[in-house]
Amino acid sequence: MNRLSSRHLLGLEGVPRRDIELILNTAETFREVLDRRIRKVPTLRGITVLNLFYEPSTRTRISFELAEKRLSADTVNFSTSASSVAKGESLRDTVQNIEAMKIDMTVVRHSSAGAPYFLTRCMETNVINAGDGSHEHPTQALLDMFTIRKKYGKLDGLRVVLLGDVKHSRVIRSNIWGLRTMGASVALCGPATLMPYEVEQFGCDVYTNLDAALDGADVVNVMRIQGERQQSGLFPSRREFSNLFGINRERLKRLNKNYTIMHPGPINRGVELTSDVADGNSSVILDQVTNGQAVRMAVLYLLSGREEGESE
Amino acid sequence: MASRKYDLVIRGGRVIDPALGFGSDATVFIKDGILAKIEPESAASRKSLKSLDKSQLIDATGKLVVPGLIDIHVHLREPGHEAKETVKSGCCAAAAGGFTAVCCMPNTTPCIDNQETVKFVQDRAQNADARVYVVGAITKNLAGEQLSEIGDLVKMGAVAITDDGHFLQNPEIMRRALEYARMFDIPVMQHAEDQYLTAGAVMNESFQSARLGMKGAPPVAEEIAVARDIALCRMTGSRLHVQHVTTRGAVEAIRQAKREGVNVTAEVTPHHLILTDEEIGLEFNTSLRVNPPLRSRRDRDAVIEGLVDGTIDCIASDHAPHSIEEKDCEFDQAPPGMIGLETTVGLVKTHLIDKGYLSWADAVRKMTINPARILNLKGGSLSRGAAADVTIIDPDKKWTVKADRFRSRSKNSPFVGWKLSGQVVTTILGGRVVYER
Repeated sequence: MNRLSSRHLLGLEGVPRRDIELILNTAETFREVLDRRIRKVPTLRGITVLNLFYEPSTRTRISFELAEKRLSADTVNFSTSASSVAKGESLRDTVQNIEAMKIDMTVVRHSSAGAPYFLTRCMETNVINAGDGSHEHPTQALLDMFTIRKKYGKLDGLRVVLLGDVKHSRVIRSNIWGLRTMGASVALCGPATLMPYEVEQFGCDVYTNLDAALDGADVVNVMRIQGERQQSGLFPSRREFSNLFGINRERLKRLNKNYTIMHPGPINRGVELTSDVADGNSSVILDQVTNGQAVRMAVLYLLSGREEGESE
Repeated sequence: MASRKYDLVIRGGRVIDPALGFGSDATVFIKDGILAKIEPESAASRKSLKSLDKSQLIDATGKLVVPGLIDIHVHLREPGHEAKETVKSGCCAAAAGGFTAVCCMPNTTPCIDNQETVKFVQDRAQNADARVYVVGAITKNLAGEQLSEIGDLVKMGAVAITDDGHFLQNPEIMRRALEYARMFDIPVMQHAEDQYLTAGAVMNESFQSARLGMKGAPPVAEEIAVARDIALCRMTGSRLHVQHVTTRGAVEAIRQAKREGVNVTAEVTPHHLILTDEEIGLEFNTSLRVNPPLRSRRDRDAVIEGLVDGTIDCIASDHAPHSIEEKDCEFDQAPPGMIGLETTVGLVKTHLIDKGYLSWADAVRKMTINPARILNLKGGSLSRGAAADVTIIDPDKKWTVKADRFRSRSKNSPFVGWKLSGQVVTTILGGRVVYER
């Protein structure tokens, strides 16, 4: 079986273990392609992918675009920071017009939770969620899991701390679902004002004390803290955030040996992480970025329905 | 024709009129738009019916005959938003739902904060398929700052005041509104929501909002607002009506206030009695975006309990039409609101009566005499001499909610496709049949 159970990737909630394993295993193959001299395969020749970015993004947009190009797909980019309403054309009209130019797959980043679900009702293409509001960011969680698995050879039984703005982080949400499905133990940590109400119902351990959260953990995945959260008064200052929730060398002592530091970027150096930790031996932050491409190649390939060796 | 004894006779049905304490098979006689009499079925009455021709006789055998239903929370959207609904189309929907009277909310454009707009709506309602009672704005332009000319509004016929959609956040203004309204013996209807706690919210705050990553409105925002208003109501001795109650905390506050004798009444919508926030994540259906939001099971169960024990006086739909294109978008971009007039009876029957929470008499009471009493409206009962507003319901008729059957101009109902039991078959307004299935 080398097919996913859905023709879209909208989130990781409810995605079966078999699908996640298939994506991660397929990504291994594509990861190897990235180390070749010629980093390109003909797999998606003739397939047109729309990158629809309703929110600013550097890393994810470039990663998807490169993944598409390395698979020989044709790509078209639509970026705007205006919401569909402000723009005066509805999201449905926008995507249906672009789809009328013959598109096969759509990668969407949008500030509204559920926007990718809406697209599946407007379009015939496969839809890949590249981040919807504070809801999910499944390819980021998949690349995080890929990176962890590459280092430890497994996800089962590992203790992973997801640290930071739990309330607004789509990366954390996708990681929770994915990691738990794969058998990892998940701890959430952050200021109480950045914890969603009834957070305990996720079934994870919840901490507002960083040292307690780090005790005996293998992996710490540190989230970016948005400046606007401080401006809206959810925590008093970056200084205090850093004092209470910043990762520094001293705190790492509580982690298991062979620990790993991760961050989806962009990093606020000196706030979430000190530079020596971000650039230290245990940091896999740049590996995450490279692996992200391989994971996105795998997702694009698997959703395209193309068989191995088949082209056009 | 003037010699005709009766214009319309409804026979064979089971008449339910909680205000009269009536609940048995009877014949209803209508003359000149007025209820002439109700008589138990007897051989004599059957004989006297023989002289009537067919057009004067409605056979209600196996049906329920109840006072015309009253919905005190409806958005008719006119003037200003006629693409969503007009007074005429809204009344047409009301008739199809068995409602012979509706109270329309003032958040139109211009809003109903002046006599001219009250008059405009009343003029539009002439010869419509339902009676329209206008609710005026508490504050000018619904801005929450200066009181409207409430005396003028009442003089023109406004039956209550509300800034529905907006909570009167400033307690000093609310105090004045209560005091001022008391002079006219009208209730202040409040949309209870502390807006500092709900800024930017698009759904209930619960594990569901945590899961979906959407900004949630915490149930305490309603509880705090209701508790504050009850305190002001107790102090001023005025009448407070709490609109669309959705939380356990608010129900408890109202229960306690009623026990103390505070003059407070409350309504609940069918959707808050039936749906929960768990529905939203299934497919982000924008018809489920409403304000107040769909709450958790715990809160949903508490409002059912409040309705059953009388803490909540009446059922009102908060019929809130929005055009297809406004709702065909991202969940958080959609305006809040769902239509309700045409589904209330079927939902109440299927999900409250059939599940054993209410009897038919309870349900009818909460849609007739109770709302009438809150707003001092005529009607709500089949008493002799009253206007002949009558609704006939087929209590066990199975039907499926279909968008293209709605008489409302809008289709934004999450109940489309639902299978319901209990359907309105005939609606009579002032002796005139305004709806017939």
